[in-house]
Amino acid sequence: MSGFYADRQAAAPVRTEVLEAMLPFFRENFGNPQSLHSTGQLADKALRKAREQVASLVHCQPEEIIFVSSGSEANNLAIKGLALANQARGKHLVVSAIEHISVLKSLKFLEKFGFQSTLVPVDSFGLVHPEKVEEALTGETILVSVQMANNEIGTIQPIAEISSLCQKKGVLFHTDAVAAAGCIPIDVSRLGIAALSLAADQFGGPKGAAVLYLKKSTKITPLIDGGVQEHGRRGGTENVPAIAGLGKAAELVAREMEDNRLRLTRLRDGLIKGVLGSLEEVILTGHPENRLPHHASFCVKYVEGEALLLGLDIKGIQVASGSACTSKSLRASHVLLALGLDPAVAQGSLVLTLLPETQENEIELFLESLPPVVQRLRQMSPLYTKYLQEKRNVHG
Amino acid sequence: MYTDKVMEHFLHPRNVGTIPDADGVGEVGNPVCGDMMTFYIKVKDGRLEDIKFQTFGCGAAIAVSSMVSEMAKGKTLEEAMKITNEIVAEELGGLPPHKTHCSNLGADALHKAIEDYLTKKSREMDSPSAESGSSAEKKGKFHCPFCDFVLPENVQLCSRCQVKLIRCEHCGEYNREGEDTCRHCGAGLI
Repeated sequence: MSGFYADRQAAAPVRTEVLEAMLPFFRENFGNPQSLHSTGQLADKALRKAREQVASLVHCQPEEIIFVSSGSEANNLAIKGLALANQARGKHLVVSAIEHISVLKSLKFLEKFGFQSTLVPVDSFGLVHPEKVEEALTGETILVSVQMANNEIGTIQPIAEISSLCQKKGVLFHTDAVAAAGCIPIDVSRLGIAALSLAADQFGGPKGAAVLYLKKSTKITPLIDGGVQEHGRRGGTENVPAIAGLGKAAELVAREMEDNRLRLTRLRDGLIKGVLGSLEEVILTGHPENRLPHHASFCVKYVEGEALLLGLDIKGIQVASGSACTSKSLRASHVLLALGLDPAVAQGSLVLTLLPETQENEIELFLESLPPVVQRLRQMSPLYTKYLQEKRNVHG
Repeated sequence: MYTDKVMEHFLHPRNVGTIPDADGVGEVGNPVCGDMMTFYIKVKDGRLEDIKFQTFGCGAAIAVSSMVSEMAKGKTLEEAMKITNEIVAEELGGLPPHKTHCSNLGADALHKAIEDYLTKKSREMDSPSAESGSSAEKKGKFHCPFCDFVLPENVQLCSRCQVKLIRCEHCGEYNREGEDTCRHCGAGLI
Protein backbone atom coordinates (compact mmCIF):
# COMPACT_ATOMS: atom_id res chain seq x y z
CA MET A 1 0.00 0.00 0.00
CA SER A 2 1.37 3.41 -0.86
CA GLY A 3 0.66 5.96 1.81
CA PHE A 4 1.70 6.78 5.31
CA TYR A 5 -0.42 6.80 8.45
CA ALA A 6 1.29 8.84 11.15
CA ASP A 7 -1.50 9.61 13.58
CA ARG A 8 -1.05 6.72 15.97
CA GLN A 9 -2.15 8.63 19.02
CA ALA A 10 -5.55 9.37 17.51
CA ALA A 11 -6.09 5.74 16.55
CA ALA A 12 -4.07 2.69 15.61
CA PRO A 13 -5.04 -0.72 14.27
CA VAL A 14 -5.75 -3.37 16.88
CA ARG A 15 -3.10 -6.06 16.64
CA THR A 16 -4.15 -9.43 15.25
CA GLU A 17 -3.15 -11.29 18.44
CA VAL A 18 -5.14 -8.74 20.44
CA LEU A 19 -8.25 -9.16 18.31
CA GLU A 20 -7.96 -12.95 18.71
CA ALA A 21 -7.74 -12.54 22.47
CA MET A 22 -10.91 -10.44 22.41
CA LEU A 23 -13.16 -12.46 20.10
CA PRO A 24 -14.08 -15.34 22.46
CA PHE A 25 -15.61 -12.88 24.91
CA PHE A 26 -18.26 -11.63 22.49
CA ARG A 27 -20.01 -14.98 21.96
CA GLU A 28 -18.64 -18.20 23.47
CA ASN A 29 -17.48 -16.69 26.76
CA PHE A 30 -20.06 -13.94 26.91
CA GLY A 31 -20.46 -14.06 30.68
CA ASN A 32 -20.68 -11.31 33.25
CA PRO A 33 -17.69 -11.49 35.62
CA GLN A 34 -20.03 -10.86 38.57
CA SER A 35 -22.04 -14.05 37.89
CA LEU A 36 -21.20 -17.03 40.04
CA HIS A 37 -22.01 -19.67 37.41
CA SER A 38 -19.33 -21.10 35.20
CA THR A 39 -19.98 -18.80 32.20
CA GLY A 40 -19.56 -15.83 34.52
CA GLN A 41 -16.46 -17.29 36.05
CA LEU A 42 -14.80 -17.62 32.63
CA ALA A 43 -15.24 -13.87 32.16
CA ASP A 44 -13.92 -13.22 35.65
CA LYS A 45 -10.87 -15.29 34.84
CA ALA A 46 -10.25 -13.14 31.75
CA LEU A 47 -10.38 -9.99 33.88
CA ARG A 48 -7.94 -11.45 36.37
CA LYS A 49 -5.55 -12.39 33.59
CA ALA A 50 -5.73 -8.90 32.04
CA ARG A 51 -5.14 -7.36 35.46
CA GLU A 52 -1.95 -9.37 35.82
CA GLN A 53 -0.80 -8.53 32.30
CA VAL A 54 -1.23 -4.77 32.85
CA ALA A 55 0.29 -4.96 36.35
CA SER A 56 3.40 -6.51 34.92
CA LEU A 57 3.66 -3.77 32.24
CA VAL A 58 3.81 -0.99 34.87
CA HIS A 59 5.24 -3.06 37.77
CA CYS A 60 2.45 -2.97 40.31
CA GLN A 61 0.13 -5.44 42.08
CA PRO A 62 -2.90 -6.69 40.08
CA GLU A 63 -5.31 -5.36 42.71
CA GLU A 64 -3.92 -1.88 42.12
CA ILE A 65 -5.42 -1.85 38.60
CA ILE A 66 -8.83 -0.21 38.06
CA PHE A 67 -10.33 -0.83 34.61
CA VAL A 68 -12.09 2.14 33.06
CA SER A 69 -13.32 3.09 29.58
CA SER A 70 -10.78 5.64 28.33
CA GLY A 71 -7.75 7.70 29.18
CA SER A 72 -10.05 10.64 29.81
CA GLU A 73 -12.07 8.62 32.31
CA ALA A 74 -8.88 7.51 34.07
CA ASN A 75 -7.79 11.14 34.37
CA ASN A 76 -11.22 12.23 35.58
CA LEU A 77 -11.26 9.49 38.19
CA ALA A 78 -7.75 10.36 39.35
CA ILE A 79 -8.26 14.11 39.65
CA LYS A 80 -11.84 14.26 40.89
CA GLY A 81 -11.77 10.98 42.81
CA LEU A 82 -8.54 11.69 44.69
CA ALA A 83 -9.48 15.33 45.39
CA LEU A 84 -12.93 14.45 46.73
CA ALA A 85 -11.66 11.57 48.88
CA ASN A 86 -8.84 13.60 50.41
CA GLN A 87 -10.42 17.03 50.81
CA ALA A 88 -10.28 16.90 54.60
CA ARG A 89 -6.52 17.46 54.24
CA GLY A 90 -6.85 20.45 51.91
CA LYS A 91 -8.46 21.65 48.70
CA HIS A 92 -5.56 22.70 46.51
CA LEU A 93 -4.21 20.90 43.41
CA VAL A 94 -1.11 21.51 41.31
CA VAL A 95 -0.86 20.47 37.64
CA SER A 96 1.28 21.48 34.68
CA ALA A 97 0.02 24.00 32.13
CA ILE A 98 0.19 21.41 29.34
CA GLU A 99 -1.95 18.65 30.85
CA HIS A 100 -4.55 16.89 28.73
CA ILE A 101 -7.88 18.69 28.54
CA SER A 102 -9.51 15.91 30.62
CA VAL A 103 -7.28 16.92 33.54
CA LEU A 104 -7.79 20.66 33.06
CA LYS A 105 -11.56 20.33 32.78
CA SER A 106 -11.66 18.13 35.88
CA LEU A 107 -10.05 21.02 37.75
CA LYS A 108 -12.75 23.37 36.44
CA PHE A 109 -15.33 20.94 37.79
CA LEU A 110 -13.65 20.85 41.19
CA GLU A 111 -13.56 24.65 41.36
CA LYS A 112 -17.34 24.56 41.65
CA PHE A 113 -16.89 22.64 44.89
CA GLY A 114 -14.43 25.04 46.47
CA PHE A 115 -11.18 23.48 45.23
CA GLN A 116 -8.40 25.66 43.89
CA SER A 117 -5.61 24.79 41.52
CA THR A 118 -2.30 26.15 40.32
CA LEU A 119 -0.97 25.59 36.79
CA VAL A 120 2.81 25.16 36.73
CA PRO A 121 4.38 26.76 33.63
CA VAL A 122 6.68 24.85 31.30
CA ASP A 123 9.85 25.99 29.54
CA SER A 124 10.11 26.43 25.76
CA PHE A 125 10.75 22.67 25.35
CA GLY A 126 7.62 21.89 27.34
CA LEU A 127 9.55 20.66 30.37
CA VAL A 128 8.10 20.99 33.85
CA HIS A 129 10.82 21.96 36.30
CA PRO A 130 10.45 20.23 39.70
CA GLU A 131 11.40 23.43 41.55
CA LYS A 132 8.42 25.17 39.90
CA VAL A 133 6.18 22.40 41.21
CA GLU A 134 7.69 22.88 44.67
CA GLU A 135 7.03 26.63 44.51
CA ALA A 136 3.38 25.97 43.69
CA LEU A 137 2.79 23.72 46.70
CA THR A 138 0.91 25.17 49.65
CA GLY A 139 -0.07 23.70 53.02
CA GLU A 140 -3.43 22.95 51.42
CA THR A 141 -2.09 20.98 48.42
CA ILE A 142 -3.35 17.40 48.32
CA LEU A 143 -2.57 16.33 44.75
CA VAL A 144 -0.01 17.02 42.04
CA SER A 145 -0.61 15.78 38.49
CA VAL A 146 2.00 15.98 35.73
CA GLN A 147 1.77 13.91 32.59
CA MET A 148 4.56 11.47 31.84
CA ALA A 149 4.80 12.62 28.23
CA ASN A 150 2.82 15.13 26.21
CA ASN A 151 0.73 13.95 23.28
CA GLU A 152 1.14 17.14 21.23
CA ILE A 153 4.85 17.82 21.62
CA GLY A 154 6.22 14.47 22.81
CA THR A 155 8.24 15.92 25.69
CA ILE A 156 8.94 13.41 28.48
CA GLN A 157 8.78 14.92 31.98
CA PRO A 158 11.17 14.34 34.88
CA ILE A 159 8.56 12.23 36.65
CA ALA A 160 10.98 10.55 39.11
CA GLU A 161 12.08 13.92 40.53
CA ILE A 162 8.55 15.32 40.73
CA SER A 163 7.28 12.13 42.34
CA SER A 164 10.01 12.05 44.96
CA LEU A 165 9.37 15.72 45.74
CA CYS A 166 5.69 14.92 46.31
CA GLN A 167 6.55 11.96 48.52
CA LYS A 168 8.80 14.17 50.62
CA LYS A 169 6.01 16.73 50.98
CA GLY A 170 3.36 14.12 51.70
CA VAL A 171 1.31 15.06 48.62
CA LEU A 172 -0.36 12.52 46.32
CA PHE A 173 1.13 12.33 42.82
CA HIS A 174 -0.76 11.29 39.68
CA THR A 175 0.72 11.01 36.21
CA ASP A 176 -1.20 10.84 32.96
CA ALA A 177 0.82 8.23 31.08
CA VAL A 178 -1.69 7.77 28.23
CA ALA A 179 0.77 9.00 25.57
CA ALA A 180 3.74 7.26 27.21
CA ALA A 181 2.48 3.81 28.22
CA GLY A 182 3.66 1.07 25.91
CA CYS A 183 6.28 3.40 24.37
CA ILE A 184 8.68 3.95 27.24
CA PRO A 185 9.31 1.78 30.33
CA ILE A 186 7.18 2.56 33.39
CA ASP A 187 7.84 1.29 36.91
CA VAL A 188 5.29 2.71 39.34
CA SER A 189 6.74 0.99 42.40
CA ARG A 190 10.19 2.44 41.74
CA LEU A 191 8.73 5.87 40.92
CA GLY A 192 6.60 5.78 44.05
CA ILE A 193 3.60 7.37 42.39
CA ALA A 194 0.08 7.17 43.77
CA ALA A 195 -1.88 7.01 40.52
CA LEU A 196 -1.27 6.61 36.79
CA SER A 197 -3.55 6.67 33.73
CA LEU A 198 -3.03 4.59 30.60
CA ALA A 199 -5.17 3.55 27.63
CA ALA A 200 -5.11 0.40 25.49
CA ASP A 201 -5.61 2.13 22.14
CA GLN A 202 -2.20 3.78 22.46
CA PHE A 203 -0.31 0.50 22.25
CA GLY A 204 -2.11 -1.84 19.91
CA GLY A 205 -5.18 -2.50 22.05
CA PRO A 206 -8.81 -1.59 21.36
CA LYS A 207 -10.63 1.65 22.10
CA GLY A 208 -12.86 1.47 25.18
CA ALA A 209 -10.41 -0.05 27.65
CA ALA A 210 -8.10 1.93 29.90
CA VAL A 211 -6.63 1.79 33.37
CA LEU A 212 -6.14 3.84 36.46
CA TYR A 213 -3.35 2.39 38.54
CA LEU A 214 -4.00 3.31 42.16
CA LYS A 215 -1.47 2.55 44.85
CA LYS A 216 -2.75 0.21 47.55
CA SER A 217 -4.63 1.88 50.42
CA THR A 218 -5.01 5.20 48.55
CA LYS A 219 -8.47 6.60 49.16
CA ILE A 220 -10.54 7.46 46.09
CA THR A 221 -14.15 8.52 45.55
CA PRO A 222 -15.76 6.63 42.63
CA LEU A 223 -17.27 8.68 39.82
CA ILE A 224 -19.57 5.88 38.70
CA ASP A 225 -21.54 4.52 41.61
CA GLY A 226 -22.94 1.07 41.18
CA GLY A 227 -22.01 -2.47 42.03
CA VAL A 228 -18.89 -3.99 43.49
CA GLN A 229 -16.99 -4.05 40.19
CA GLU A 230 -13.37 -2.93 40.52
CA HIS A 231 -13.73 -3.21 44.32
CA GLY A 232 -16.48 -0.62 44.31
CA ARG A 233 -14.21 1.99 42.77
CA ARG A 234 -15.91 1.92 39.36
CA GLY A 235 -19.43 0.61 38.95
CA GLY A 236 -20.84 -0.88 35.76
CA THR A 237 -20.48 -4.21 33.99
CA GLU A 238 -16.93 -4.60 32.79
CA ASN A 239 -16.16 -4.38 29.06
CA VAL A 240 -14.69 -7.89 29.10
CA PRO A 241 -13.64 -8.23 25.40
CA ALA A 242 -11.88 -4.85 25.40
CA ILE A 243 -10.21 -5.54 28.73
CA ALA A 244 -9.00 -8.93 27.47
CA GLY A 245 -7.56 -7.08 24.48
CA LEU A 246 -5.95 -4.49 26.74
CA GLY A 247 -4.26 -7.27 28.70
CA LYS A 248 -2.95 -8.97 25.59
CA ALA A 249 -1.67 -5.68 24.14
CA ALA A 250 0.12 -4.91 27.43
CA GLU A 251 1.76 -8.33 27.41
CA LEU A 252 2.97 -7.96 23.80
CA VAL A 253 4.18 -4.39 24.12
CA ALA A 254 6.14 -5.14 27.29
CA ARG A 255 8.08 -7.73 25.33
CA GLU A 256 8.67 -5.57 22.25
CA MET A 257 9.07 -2.13 23.77
CA GLU A 258 12.84 -1.93 23.77
CA ASP A 259 13.19 -3.00 20.11
CA ASN A 260 10.43 -0.61 19.05
CA ARG A 261 11.92 2.21 21.06
CA LEU A 262 15.32 1.89 19.40
CA ARG A 263 13.93 1.48 15.88
CA LEU A 264 11.40 4.29 16.15
CA THR A 265 13.91 6.68 17.72
CA ARG A 266 16.14 6.22 14.69
CA LEU A 267 13.24 6.79 12.26
CA ARG A 268 12.00 9.77 14.27
CA ASP A 269 15.42 11.44 14.32
CA GLY A 270 15.72 10.96 10.55
CA LEU A 271 12.28 12.44 10.11
CA ILE A 272 13.05 15.49 12.26
CA LYS A 273 16.38 16.08 10.56
CA GLY A 274 14.78 15.71 7.14
CA VAL A 275 11.96 18.18 7.82
CA LEU A 276 14.19 20.82 9.40
CA GLY A 277 16.70 20.40 6.57
CA SER A 278 14.27 20.59 3.67
CA LEU A 279 12.15 23.59 4.67
CA GLU A 280 12.99 27.07 5.88
CA GLU A 281 11.02 28.67 8.71
CA VAL A 282 10.00 25.43 10.43
CA ILE A 283 10.55 24.78 14.12
CA LEU A 284 10.57 21.57 16.11
CA THR A 285 8.13 21.69 19.03
CA GLY A 286 8.90 19.87 22.25
CA HIS A 287 12.23 18.59 23.49
CA PRO A 288 14.80 17.47 20.88
CA GLU A 289 15.98 14.45 22.95
CA ASN A 290 13.65 13.91 25.90
CA ARG A 291 10.74 13.01 23.68
CA LEU A 292 8.63 9.97 22.90
CA PRO A 293 10.40 7.66 20.45
CA HIS A 294 7.54 7.71 17.95
CA HIS A 295 6.76 11.42 18.17
CA ALA A 296 7.79 14.27 15.87
CA SER A 297 6.05 17.65 15.99
CA PHE A 298 6.64 20.92 14.21
CA CYS A 299 5.26 24.35 13.51
CA VAL A 300 5.47 25.32 9.86
CA LYS A 301 5.39 29.10 9.74
CA TYR A 302 3.06 31.12 7.46
CA VAL A 303 0.70 28.19 6.79
CA GLU A 304 -2.23 26.83 8.71
CA GLY A 305 -2.24 23.27 10.04
CA GLU A 306 -5.60 22.10 8.76
CA ALA A 307 -4.77 23.12 5.18
CA LEU A 308 -1.44 21.33 5.58
CA LEU A 309 -3.20 18.24 6.89
CA LEU A 310 -5.68 18.19 3.98
CA GLY A 311 -2.93 18.78 1.44
CA LEU A 312 -0.99 15.81 2.80
CA ASP A 313 -4.09 13.63 3.06
CA ILE A 314 -4.67 13.95 -0.68
CA LYS A 315 -1.23 12.38 -1.11
CA GLY A 316 -2.12 9.51 1.21
CA ILE A 317 -0.25 10.92 4.21
CA GLN A 318 -2.27 11.16 7.40
CA VAL A 319 -1.03 13.36 10.21
CA ALA A 320 -2.46 15.54 13.00
CA SER A 321 -2.37 19.22 13.89
CA GLY A 322 -3.05 21.31 16.99
CA SER A 323 -4.07 24.41 15.04
CA ALA A 324 -7.15 26.40 15.98
CA CYS A 325 -8.84 25.59 12.68
CA THR A 326 -8.29 21.86 13.14
CA SER A 327 -10.01 21.83 16.50
CA LYS A 328 -13.74 22.20 16.46
CA SER A 329 -13.43 24.64 19.35
CA LEU A 330 -11.41 26.93 17.03
CA ARG A 331 -8.81 27.51 19.68
CA ALA A 332 -5.07 27.16 19.28
CA SER A 333 -3.68 24.35 21.38
CA HIS A 334 -3.03 25.39 24.99
CA VAL A 335 0.09 23.25 24.88
CA LEU A 336 1.67 25.20 22.02
CA LEU A 337 0.76 28.53 23.60
CA ALA A 338 2.24 27.39 26.95
CA LEU A 339 5.60 26.92 25.17
CA GLY A 340 5.51 30.68 24.52
CA LEU A 341 4.92 30.26 20.80
CA ASP A 342 3.35 33.10 18.85
CA PRO A 343 -0.29 32.11 18.21
CA ALA A 344 0.19 32.66 14.47
CA VAL A 345 3.13 30.23 14.50
CA ALA A 346 1.11 27.72 16.54
CA GLN A 347 -1.40 27.72 13.67
CA GLY A 348 1.12 25.82 11.55
CA SER A 349 1.18 22.85 13.93
CA LEU A 350 1.99 19.46 12.46
CA VAL A 351 2.14 16.31 14.61
CA LEU A 352 3.36 12.89 13.49
CA THR A 353 3.14 9.80 15.68
CA LEU A 354 4.65 6.68 14.15
CA LEU A 355 3.22 3.18 14.37
CA PRO A 356 5.60 0.41 15.48
CA GLU A 357 5.48 -0.97 11.94
CA THR A 358 6.38 2.35 10.25
CA GLN A 359 9.00 1.80 7.56
CA GLU A 360 11.89 3.90 6.35
CA ASN A 361 10.30 4.33 2.89
CA GLU A 362 7.21 5.87 4.48
CA ILE A 363 9.39 8.51 6.13
CA GLU A 364 11.02 9.11 2.75
CA LEU A 365 7.62 9.49 1.10
CA PHE A 366 6.68 12.08 3.72
CA LEU A 367 9.92 14.01 3.32
CA GLU A 368 9.37 14.13 -0.45
CA SER A 369 5.71 15.14 -0.19
CA LEU A 370 5.86 17.82 2.49
CA PRO A 371 7.85 20.61 0.78
CA PRO A 372 5.57 20.97 -2.28
CA VAL A 373 2.45 21.02 -0.05
CA VAL A 374 4.00 23.71 2.15
CA GLN A 375 5.21 25.69 -0.86
CA ARG A 376 1.78 25.65 -2.46
CA LEU A 377 0.13 26.99 0.71
CA ARG A 378 2.83 29.56 1.27
CA GLN A 379 2.37 30.85 -2.26
CA MET A 380 -1.15 31.82 -1.32
CA SER A 381 -0.37 33.03 2.20
CA PRO A 382 -0.37 36.79 2.80
CA LEU A 383 1.87 36.17 5.82
CA TYR A 384 4.53 34.51 3.66
CA THR A 385 4.38 37.39 1.17
CA LYS A 386 4.99 39.80 4.07
CA TYR A 387 7.85 37.65 5.35
CA LEU A 388 9.52 37.65 1.91
CA GLN A 389 9.10 41.44 1.62
CA GLU A 390 10.66 42.01 5.04
CA LYS A 391 13.50 39.65 4.21
CA ARG A 392 14.14 41.55 0.99
CA ASN A 393 14.13 44.87 2.85
CA VAL A 394 16.62 43.61 5.43
CA HIS A 395 18.98 42.31 2.78
CA GLY A 396 18.61 45.53 0.77
CA MET B 1 -15.98 16.75 6.46
CA TYR B 2 -15.89 18.95 3.34
CA THR B 3 -17.97 18.71 0.14
CA ASP B 4 -16.28 17.80 -3.15
CA LYS B 5 -16.73 21.38 -4.27
CA VAL B 6 -14.86 22.72 -1.23
CA MET B 7 -12.04 20.24 -1.77
CA GLU B 8 -11.89 21.09 -5.47
CA HIS B 9 -11.50 24.82 -4.72
CA PHE B 10 -9.01 24.07 -1.93
CA LEU B 11 -6.84 21.98 -4.26
CA HIS B 12 -7.21 24.23 -7.31
CA PRO B 13 -7.96 27.70 -6.02
CA ARG B 14 -8.78 30.32 -8.66
CA ASN B 15 -7.24 33.80 -8.75
CA VAL B 16 -4.50 33.30 -6.16
CA GLY B 17 -1.94 36.09 -6.00
CA THR B 18 -1.50 39.81 -5.54
CA ILE B 19 -2.06 42.86 -7.77
CA PRO B 20 0.79 45.32 -7.13
CA ASP B 21 -1.12 48.29 -8.61
CA ALA B 22 -4.52 47.28 -7.24
CA ASP B 23 -7.35 49.82 -7.20
CA GLY B 24 -8.58 48.48 -3.89
CA VAL B 25 -7.24 46.16 -1.16
CA GLY B 26 -9.27 44.50 1.58
CA GLU B 27 -7.79 42.61 4.51
CA VAL B 28 -9.84 40.76 7.12
CA GLY B 29 -9.22 38.44 10.05
CA ASN B 30 -5.97 37.95 11.87
CA PRO B 31 -3.62 34.99 12.07
CA VAL B 32 -3.76 34.89 15.86
CA CYS B 33 -7.36 33.77 15.93
CA GLY B 34 -7.56 31.77 12.75
CA ASP B 35 -7.77 32.95 9.21
CA MET B 36 -6.53 35.98 7.35
CA MET B 37 -7.56 37.02 3.83
CA THR B 38 -6.37 39.78 1.53
CA PHE B 39 -8.30 40.65 -1.62
CA TYR B 40 -6.93 42.81 -4.43
CA ILE B 41 -9.20 44.29 -7.10
CA LYS B 42 -8.82 46.11 -10.42
CA VAL B 43 -11.86 48.13 -11.46
CA LYS B 44 -12.70 49.18 -15.00
CA ASP B 45 -15.93 50.89 -16.06
CA GLY B 46 -17.54 50.05 -12.73
CA ARG B 47 -16.77 46.34 -13.09
CA LEU B 48 -14.33 44.06 -11.30
CA GLU B 49 -11.89 43.53 -14.12
CA ASP B 50 -9.49 41.47 -12.06
CA ILE B 51 -9.46 39.92 -8.58
CA LYS B 52 -6.62 38.22 -6.75
CA PHE B 53 -6.45 36.96 -3.21
CA GLN B 54 -4.10 35.52 -0.64
CA THR B 55 -5.34 33.49 2.30
CA PHE B 56 -3.73 32.16 5.44
CA GLY B 57 -6.13 29.64 6.84
CA CYS B 58 -7.83 26.29 6.75
CA GLY B 59 -9.21 24.41 3.75
CA ALA B 60 -12.59 26.12 4.08
CA ALA B 61 -11.03 29.58 4.20
CA ILE B 62 -9.04 28.91 1.02
CA ALA B 63 -12.03 27.42 -0.80
CA VAL B 64 -14.26 30.33 0.22
CA SER B 65 -11.73 32.92 -1.01
CA SER B 66 -11.45 31.10 -4.30
CA MET B 67 -15.22 30.86 -4.72
CA VAL B 68 -15.77 34.54 -3.86
CA SER B 69 -13.15 35.63 -6.38
CA GLU B 70 -14.70 33.49 -9.08
CA MET B 71 -18.22 34.67 -8.35
CA ALA B 72 -17.26 38.35 -8.30
CA LYS B 73 -14.99 38.54 -11.30
CA GLY B 74 -16.57 40.58 -14.12
CA LYS B 75 -19.47 41.73 -11.93
CA THR B 76 -20.35 45.37 -11.35
CA LEU B 77 -19.39 46.76 -7.95
CA GLU B 78 -23.05 46.82 -6.98
CA GLU B 79 -23.54 43.19 -7.92
CA ALA B 80 -20.37 42.19 -6.08
CA MET B 81 -21.52 43.97 -2.93
CA LYS B 82 -24.63 41.77 -3.02
CA ILE B 83 -22.61 38.54 -2.73
CA THR B 84 -23.35 37.37 0.78
CA ASN B 85 -21.60 34.88 2.95
CA GLU B 86 -24.63 32.61 2.78
CA ILE B 87 -24.60 32.54 -1.02
CA VAL B 88 -20.89 31.64 -1.03
CA ALA B 89 -21.39 28.78 1.42
CA GLU B 90 -24.36 27.58 -0.63
CA GLU B 91 -22.31 27.64 -3.86
CA LEU B 92 -19.74 25.44 -2.13
CA GLY B 93 -22.42 22.90 -1.26
CA GLY B 94 -22.40 23.89 2.42
CA LEU B 95 -19.74 24.08 5.12
CA PRO B 96 -19.50 22.27 8.47
CA PRO B 97 -21.16 24.35 11.23
CA HIS B 98 -17.89 25.18 12.99
CA LYS B 99 -16.49 26.51 9.71
CA THR B 100 -19.20 29.10 9.08
CA HIS B 101 -16.91 31.91 10.21
CA CYS B 102 -14.58 31.14 7.27
CA SER B 103 -17.33 31.71 4.75
CA ASN B 104 -18.13 34.95 6.52
CA LEU B 105 -14.65 36.28 5.99
CA GLY B 106 -14.55 35.78 2.21
CA ALA B 107 -17.30 38.15 1.11
CA ASP B 108 -16.21 40.64 3.75
CA ALA B 109 -12.68 40.79 2.39
CA LEU B 110 -14.05 41.45 -1.10
CA HIS B 111 -16.45 44.11 0.19
CA LYS B 112 -13.63 45.74 2.11
CA ALA B 113 -11.54 45.91 -1.07
CA ILE B 114 -14.45 47.54 -2.92
CA GLU B 115 -14.96 50.01 -0.07
CA ASP B 116 -11.24 50.78 -0.16
CA TYR B 117 -11.53 51.51 -3.88
CA LEU B 118 -14.58 53.74 -3.36
CA THR B 119 -12.92 55.64 -0.49
CA LYS B 120 -9.81 56.26 -2.58
CA LYS B 121 -11.93 57.41 -5.48
CA SER B 122 -14.01 59.80 -3.40
CA ARG B 123 -10.85 61.16 -1.83
CA GLU B 124 -9.49 61.92 -5.28
CA MET B 125 -12.66 63.79 -6.15
CA ASP B 126 -13.48 65.47 -2.82
CA SER B 127 -11.44 67.61 -0.46
CA PRO B 128 -8.81 65.80 1.64
CA SER B 129 -10.93 66.37 4.80
CA ALA B 130 -12.92 63.20 4.10
CA GLU B 131 -10.05 61.15 5.45
CA SER B 132 -10.08 62.48 9.00
CA GLY B 133 -13.76 61.65 9.32
CA SER B 134 -13.36 58.00 8.50
CA SER B 135 -10.39 57.39 10.78
CA ALA B 136 -12.10 59.15 13.69
CA GLU B 137 -15.10 56.97 13.09
CA LYS B 138 -13.00 53.83 13.29
CA LYS B 139 -11.37 54.81 16.57
CA GLY B 140 -13.26 53.86 19.70
CA LYS B 141 -15.12 51.03 18.02
CA PHE B 142 -15.02 47.50 19.33
CA HIS B 143 -13.99 44.56 17.18
CA CYS B 144 -14.69 40.85 17.28
CA PRO B 145 -11.52 39.13 18.58
CA PHE B 146 -12.03 36.40 16.02
CA CYS B 147 -13.04 38.02 12.73
CA ASP B 148 -12.34 41.70 13.38
CA PHE B 149 -15.95 42.67 12.64
CA VAL B 150 -16.96 46.03 14.13
CA LEU B 151 -19.38 45.34 16.98
CA PRO B 152 -21.79 47.49 18.94
CA GLU B 153 -21.37 47.74 22.69
CA ASN B 154 -22.83 45.06 24.94
CA VAL B 155 -23.40 42.07 22.68
CA GLN B 156 -22.71 38.50 23.68
CA LEU B 157 -22.34 37.08 20.21
CA CYS B 158 -20.55 38.28 17.10
CA SER B 159 -23.30 38.74 14.53
CA ARG B 160 -20.90 37.80 11.75
CA CYS B 161 -18.92 34.80 12.91
CA GLN B 162 -21.16 33.65 15.79
CA VAL B 163 -18.28 33.52 18.25
CA LYS B 164 -19.41 33.92 21.87
CA LEU B 165 -18.01 37.06 23.42
CA ILE B 166 -17.12 38.38 26.83
CA ARG B 167 -16.18 42.01 27.54
CA CYS B 168 -13.15 42.95 29.59
CA GLU B 169 -14.34 44.95 32.59
CA HIS B 170 -11.03 46.77 32.65
CA CYS B 171 -10.68 48.09 29.09
CA GLY B 172 -14.06 47.28 27.57
CA GLU B 173 -12.69 45.30 24.63
CA TYR B 174 -14.26 42.04 23.51
CA ASN B 175 -12.61 38.68 24.12
CA ARG B 176 -13.71 35.17 23.33
CA GLU B 177 -15.79 33.51 25.98
CA GLY B 178 -13.70 31.08 27.99
CA GLU B 179 -10.47 33.09 27.76
CA ASP B 180 -8.78 33.74 31.09
CA THR B 181 -7.08 37.04 30.37
CA CYS B 182 -7.91 40.01 28.14
CA ARG B 183 -5.95 39.98 24.89
CA HIS B 184 -5.80 43.79 24.91
CA CYS B 185 -4.86 44.79 28.44
CA GLY B 186 -4.00 41.47 30.10
CA ALA B 187 -6.58 41.92 32.88
CA GLY B 188 -8.26 38.82 34.22
CA LEU B 189 -11.65 37.98 32.73
CA ILE B 190 -14.52 36.71 34.79
